[in-house]
Amino acid sequence: MISTAHRLVNLEDLHQAMRQGRDLLYPSEPKIMIGTATCGLAADAEEVLHAVREEVANSKLPYQVTETGCIGWCSQEPLLDICIPGRPRVTYGRMKPGRAREIVRAIPEVKREWALAMMPGDENTLNGAHVNYCVPHNGHMDGLTAYKDLPLFKRQLRIVLRNCGIINPDNLEEYIARGGYHALWHALRKHTPEEILNEVKRSGLRGRGGAGFPTGVKWQAVRDAQGEPKYVICNADEGDPGAYMDRGVLEGDPHSVLEGMTIGGYAMGAHEGIIYVREEYPLAVMRMKQAIRQAQDAGLLGQSIFDSGFSFEIRVVKGAGAFVCGEETALIRSIEGKVGEPQQRPPYPAQHGLWGKPTCINNVETWANIAVIVQRGGDWFSQIGTAKSKGTKVFSLVGNIENTALIEVPMGTTLAEIVYEIGGGVPNGRACKAVQTGGPSGGCIPADKFDLPVDYDSLNQAGSIMGSGGMIVMDDHTCMVDIAKYFLEFLEDESCGKCFTCRVGTQRLKEIVTRISQGEGKEEDLDLLQDLSWLVREGSLCGLGQTAPNPVLSTLRYFRSEYLAHIRDRRCPAHRCRELITFAIDPVLCNGCGACVQICSGKAILGEKKKPHIITQAQCTKCGACLEMCKFDAVLVH
Amino acid sequence: MPEMEAVKPLLAQFKDERANLIPILQEIQAAFSYLPEEALRRVARKLHVPVTDVYQVATFYRCFSLKPRGRHLVQVCLGTACHVRGGDLVLERTQTETGAGLSGTSPDLEFTVEPVRCLGCCGLAPVMRVDRDTFAHLDQAKVRGIVNRYHPRRKPATVDKIAASPEKVRS
Ligand SMILES: Cc1cc2nc3c(=O)[nH]c(=O)nc-3n(C[C@H](O)[C@H](O)[C@H](O)COP(=O)(O)O)c2cc1C
Ligand code: FES
Repeated sequence: MISTAHRLVNLEDLHQAMRQGRDLLYPSEPKIMIGTATCGLAADAEEVLHAVREEVANSKLPYQVTETGCIGWCSQEPLLDICIPGRPRVTYGRMKPGRAREIVRAIPEVKREWALAMMPGDENTLNGAHVNYCVPHNGHMDGLTAYKDLPLFKRQLRIVLRNCGIINPDNLEEYIARGGYHALWHALRKHTPEEILNEVKRSGLRGRGGAGFPTGVKWQAVRDAQGEPKYVICNADEGDPGAYMDRGVLEGDPHSVLEGMTIGGYAMGAHEGIIYVREEYPLAVMRMKQAIRQAQDAGLLGQSIFDSGFSFEIRVVKGAGAFVCGEETALIRSIEGKVGEPQQRPPYPAQHGLWGKPTCINNVETWANIAVIVQRGGDWFSQIGTAKSKGTKVFSLVGNIENTALIEVPMGTTLAEIVYEIGGGVPNGRACKAVQTGGPSGGCIPADKFDLPVDYDSLNQAGSIMGSGGMIVMDDHTCMVDIAKYFLEFLEDESCGKCFTCRVGTQRLKEIVTRISQGEGKEEDLDLLQDLSWLVREGSLCGLGQTAPNPVLSTLRYFRSEYLAHIRDRRCPAHRCRELITFAIDPVLCNGCGACVQICSGKAILGEKKKPHIITQAQCTKCGACLEMCKFDAVLVH
Repeated sequence: MPEMEAVKPLLAQFKDERANLIPILQEIQAAFSYLPEEALRRVARKLHVPVTDVYQVATFYRCFSLKPRGRHLVQVCLGTACHVRGGDLVLERTQTETGAGLSGTSPDLEFTVEPVRCLGCCGLAPVMRVDRDTFAHLDQAKVRGIVNRYHPRRKPATVDKIAASPEKVRS
């Protein structure tokens, strides 16, 4: 039941909650934080959490143990942080339960030799506040680098990710302590809906879901549209493979999305919001539902929020596993309980959306920007970024990269800065070949174009798109023909089948590229690919088909020689296409340890112990497991 | 059909609205690990929609299965980040180790292996999920150890030895 005692009605209530939250965020006793977003859990954060809890309980230590979202340092998961009052926060990476116990036992001493970095204070982009942890000490700790001096964080500006890895996402008070729900109070009590709408327009914010449509313009259209009730939808379908920006926000800072949507509802005159989350994100679904309950209990959702007379409700709808449902009209059909087939536009959802009513769909990241825009003003926001792309963008920096990470940088940061400085380049001494942006609708940008600033227009010109923010770095062991084939398989699979050109076109494109990857291609195939691409683009109804040829076209444009090597020389330069490679064992380097024999999936490896082994080609499945297994680099690929 | 008794309370939670079709099917899928034909008929009756509509939805979305699934659902990621780090090879190895092969479900009904497009743990690629647990930084050697952990008649210990040796691959 709603306990009126906890209902936040006015600014004083909000300040009260803020004080409670501060005591949790910056307690007077040592605090141990463990990152338990999905990625942390995959790296066994739960065991670390359990070990720390046990250690604290058994030794009756007066410490707080809390969970937090993902700070974005994925390559170092699981992460553990220690905050001792008056001293910098210290981060440890790749935690194991045993080591975590030792770190806890050592408090108040800091195990510097294991630490990754330290954070002397919090910067908060929401209100420009700075909290210094290091009073009365100075913010220095011998031998430890501050976050803001690390290449990974130096260039970052965290607006959307402002709370991720800082607050406990299960805790509403901590969100409020960092300025949360103040923008909502201001919007509802001090501004008219038109004023909020104008602020969003002035910010120049463009949608972060891929296409980059100006958010203020969309909101105006929904506000002006005839028909009641109006709906607000958060697109959390995050279908692009290799992208997890939205998951980071949903799991790490759920209230930022709720606050943005509520402000949007007020500006557009909507009273119901829906968050459509893909079913592959069970933790995000859980966190969002919990945040909604908390907001309801606190009166931040429901009737007459902050006694303003404005009412708003939000609910979660879980997706059912279809990439095309990220497309807005398909998403709406899916909420209505139908198959997710995109519809002809116009009419746009702004006029004719959910249940035929005016509907505003924005991406998670778009919504998470709103509170900051309202709080700091559209002018402040529009100073960040480039002429036509304002603000910041979150990227998931993954693939063959040293620091796999979730990062947020101002628009206009170059690819070189992102890949080499922030990401630390390609590991294992290999060369960087390309970066893939924009998911299946995007393309591959070659390394010699990395001086390109990342904004909507530059990436378009380079034959890719900004997309939702997946950035997959590829080294010289990546075959571009294989990548084109990979995306075509994806698109063939995910095409809903409504348009002939998309359904059959992606299939034919895939067949041609597959043929090339098997060494059976002809040079005329390359022209055929171009022609067919044009047909698929022109003849398809929705963005899936219209952009489906991009991965092929961009690889053809920049890596034509690789296609030709497959066709003319029947050779895969990256040693990836199975039909064109063979495995062998170097008799000099092989010492006959037998590790490869155990793992071989085709039982193709023969040899006596401690004698050089050989591979029987007829039985070799080319799975490459022996190559992975061999510690002596004795497995050769031709 | 005794199992249909379990469907009744499940259906009763929902109002008779078309928009509830997908949530209802998700509940049935979670309870039975597939959608029994009789359950689909009951859903159609409850929501006053033709059975063909229910079938259309049940076959359109990937999270539904019309055939019984194995006791454990193994989802191997084939997202781009996992692909460039050898996710396809991990999938193949998982299909062999579980015995599921290309059909998807192992004959002993222990495992159903499915490729998925991104689990959102791309920073730890390649990854896979078994039921609710996610495993990161995979290589082919680790797959066997993980599969055996869930297999009732195999000892995980015998395999951990292999899985533990190639520490160098954990890049
Ligand atoms: C095939 C396809 C898939 C899409 N997937 C997503 C998605 O996963 N998430 C998303 O926010 N937008 C996705 N979009 C874009 C949406 O249609 C829509 O433009 C977006 O949600 C609008 O929000 P924004 O203006 O905040 O970007 C997709 C579009 C297409 C054509
Ligand atoms: S690509 Fe595999 S988890 Fe995202």
